[in-house]
This record gives sequence, structure tokens and C-alpha cells, in this order.
Amino acid sequence: MEQTSVFIQARERVKSNVIDFVNEIGAMVQFGYSSIKVGFEKPYRYLEIIRHMEFVGNQSVFIIALTGLFTGLALSFQVYLGFKMVNATNLVGPIVALGITRELGPVLTGLIVAARAGGAMAARLGTMRVNEQIDALDVMGVNTRQYLIAPRIWATVICMPLLTAIFDFVAMIGSWFLVVKLVDLDEAIFWDKVKSVLEFRHINEGLFKAAVFGLVFSVVCTYRGFNTTGGAKGVGEATNRGVVTSMVMIIILDYFLSNLIRIFYLLIGTKV
Amino acid sequence: MGTEKTPAADPKKETFDVTKLEPAIKIEDVWKTFDGKEYVVKGMNLTIPKGSLTAIIGFSGTGKSVILKHILGLYRPTRGRIEVLGQDLAHMDNNELTKFRRRFGVLFQGAALFDDMTVLENVCFPLIEHRPELSIDEVIQIATQKLVEVGLEAKHYEKLPSQISGGMQKRTGLARSLALDPEILFYDEPTTGLDPILTEMVDNLILETHQRTKATSVMVSHDLQAAFRIADFVAMLNAGEVLLFGPPDVFFNTDIELVNKFVAKGMRHQ
Repeated sequence: MEQTSVFIQARERVKSNVIDFVNEIGAMVQFGYSSIKVGFEKPYRYLEIIRHMEFVGNQSVFIIALTGLFTGLALSFQVYLGFKMVNATNLVGPIVALGITRELGPVLTGLIVAARAGGAMAARLGTMRVNEQIDALDVMGVNTRQYLIAPRIWATVICMPLLTAIFDFVAMIGSWFLVVKLVDLDEAIFWDKVKSVLEFRHINEGLFKAAVFGLVFSVVCTYRGFNTTGGAKGVGEATNRGVVTSMVMIIILDYFLSNLIRIFYLLIGTKV
Repeated sequence: MGTEKTPAADPKKETFDVTKLEPAIKIEDVWKTFDGKEYVVKGMNLTIPKGSLTAIIGFSGTGKSVILKHILGLYRPTRGRIEVLGQDLAHMDNNELTKFRRRFGVLFQGAALFDDMTVLENVCFPLIEHRPELSIDEVIQIATQKLVEVGLEAKHYEKLPSQISGGMQKRTGLARSLALDPEILFYDEPTTGLDPILTEMVDNLILETHQRTKATSVMVSHDLQAAFRIADFVAMLNAGEVLLFGPPDVFFNTDIELVNKFVAKGMRHQ
């Protein structure tokens, strides 16, 4: 009898959590959609978009380049060690290039920018909420979603592919440095193999993913920050939840996006 | 208005008849629940006359801030009607509300200044947003004039809000709320957390502003002394309802026990 009661309680708790989760996802989608939509209405916030692009994009370049360089070095080293066992070291360059452009570039860029810029967005909006600055904008007759949210989302969606392109480029420089300069493989073979395997669509695939990741984490983080309650503690929680949710969603979404892209290629008859 | 109190108040009468005065804000049978179970506002009726300075007082949790947010259109009533400047807020969509709110000015408890903008930029902001026809020089000129009106010295204009005192932040917040020459000015707990000297300064500032602008002013406050000193009308809320409304005199000649207790305690503590 008691066991049944515990089971029922557990079932109800799981049910309630699932309903809350679905409700929250729905609220986020609605929030993101209405914010993006209102971004197309006058007055256009170009200057705000540029200001946020400077923060999301420009201020992330160094950390993205640094991470890209060491990712290229580390990945190339591991691939080199593995391929050496089967005497296929000539393929290190193309394998690293494919891995970086299609998966690691967008995913790592997404995770780093979500942590840096997404966290800052949630914290900034949360602070504005608890200090009544968002209420002040509301009563001043300023559309807060248009002024605060839409420029952040647009700036992130624009900057993420650019940052990913930087990541890809620097990671390949790292790979070249390790393979050609440190391990002493032939440079001409390295680039020739990369060129023979890597196509523009592989790079575009990664850049598309990056834009989607940017859209997702900017909506998640701005939603968390915009709906902050409960003072300084609430700001901390909003930031934490915004960053963690974004990171988990980027990794989960990456898998589904990869499959969707494969399906798309199959549908248009392109070799996967 | 202001220091010259509204006439025709019978101190012995416990509910003041404001129907003869032109209303700026009319709250009619407003109910509000957030969770669908418990009502925080229960059939509230309140009329705030045009051009008056009205204070809304009451114990914590009696619905003062909630009703203020209803008047500002930040909350919508579960039931009832709120008419501001002759327009029913319940029938406005979000865009209409956003435009309508440009006729308001609000001084928030913590001033709510934008912390990444200087004092001058804060006051320029509403002008840049809503008066695109003005040149930047004109915007700065108006903002400077508003800052002078609230008594803020020019040497502070280029400072960030974090670099000025609480009193100066209130002055800046007031200048910003006055920038668009609002028809209604709201003060949300303007003196909470301030020392007595600063409290008096803010009270005087509110009174001076009211006398100068002649705008309808609504002040939500815990500060009874200030409310009775500067307000033309006082509304006391209790449990989501208006317990007593009228000129300050009414509050000293009432048989309502809760009002007497609140007034006695409030005046003793201040």
C-alpha cells in the first residue's frame, strides 16, 4: 500500500516536472518569436545591434582564436597518433578539417560564447529587472523586447557564424603547425588532402549550425534574464540556469541538426 | 494644489466624495489574483482627481504596489475597470499601452536609472526615444533644463549613477520622469530606505514639482508624515480594498480603529 503511494507520488512529480519543462520550452519559443518579430518593426535598433555585436563578436575573438588554436593542435595530435598505427598519417589534415568545420567548430564556439556572452546577457537583464530598469523602460513607453531582446538575438545570430569561421581557420592553422612543423609531414600533401576532402558545404554546414546555436542560447539566456525574480539571488540563478540550459541544448541540438542536414543532403541527392 | 489643500472636505465624513472633481484615474470594482485562488485586490474603487497630489498608504502587502502597476498598465485586472485620462486600459493592446504610457512619468523606489548611461544621458533617453523631431542640441537643452529644475548641479551630469549619491539619483530619476512633460506623475515609495534629511529633501522635491507642473501626482508611500504633509488626498488600503479616502484631515477624525492604529503608529515612528 505504502509502496503504491510512493510510486504514485513519484509518478506525479515526474509528470509535473515534464509539464513544467514543456511549458517553459513553449514560453521560450513564444518569447523568442515575439522578440524577433518585434525587431522588424519601427524604430529599427541598428545601433543597438552593432553595440551588442561588438560585445558578442569582437570581444570574443581572442578567446575563440585561442581555443581554436589549441583544439586544432590537440585534435591533430590525437588523430596523428591513431592514424600512425594504420599508416594513414596523410589523412590527419582532412579528418581534422572535417571534424573541426562540421562539429567541433560550431559546438565549441557555441559553448564558449554561451558561457561568456550568454551568461552576461542573462546577468545584465536580470540586474535590470530586479533594479526596476525594465519597468522604467516599460512605463517610458519603450518596447522592452524590441529594445533589449531583439538586438541581442540578432547580434548573436550574426556573430556566431563569423566566430565559428575564425575558430575553424585558427584550428586549421594549429593542425598545420603540428602536422607540418612539429611532426614533419609533407606540407603539400597536407593541404592537397584537405582540399580534396573538404568542400564548401562542410564549412557552411558548421556555420549554419553556429547560427542556430546562437539563436537558441541568446533566446534562452535573454528569457532567463528578462524573467528574473528575487533580487541578487535571482540574478545568480537566472545566469546559472541560462548558461547550463544553453550548453545542454547546444550539445543535444548538434546531434539532431547533424541528422537533419544529412537528411537534407539525401533529399537533394548530394553525397553525404 | 500642493500646499493649498482642496476645499470642501468634511473632516467628520469618512469617505470623501470626489465625484464632483474631474477624475484623472478611476478604479472601478477591480479584482486581481495571480494564482487563481487568492485575491490581492478585492473589488477596489478609487477615484484620483485631476491635478491633485494623492498618496496611497497602507500596511505592507495591502496591494499598494499592485494597484500602482495596474494603473501603469503593467498588470491587467482579473475583473473590473481602470480608466486613466478617460481611457480604459483593459481594452488597450500592448502597443497601444506602450504609446499611452508616454503620458506618464514614474519615479521608482531605487530611481531605476540606467547604470551604463551618464546622468545627462539618462534624462536624454526618453526624449531621444519619443521626440525624434528634436536635434541632439535641443534634447540636451531640455534635459539640462529638467536637471536644473530638480536642483542637480552641472558638475554631476557626466557622472554614472553609481558615482552619485542616493539623493542625486532620485533627482536624476525625477528629471528623467519629467522629460516628456507627463500628464500623470507616479512616485513608487520615493523615500523608502532614505535617511530623514534625504527623505525631507525628496518630499519637498515632489511638492515643488507638483506645484510647478500641476500634473496629477500619485505617490505610493509608507511615510505617513510626508503623505499628510504634502498630499491633497490620501487613500489608505487594507487587504486589497480602500479603507479610507479623503483629505488628510479625515484621517485624524475617523472612528475606523485600523486607521487610527495605523496613523498613531506611523506618526510616532517618524
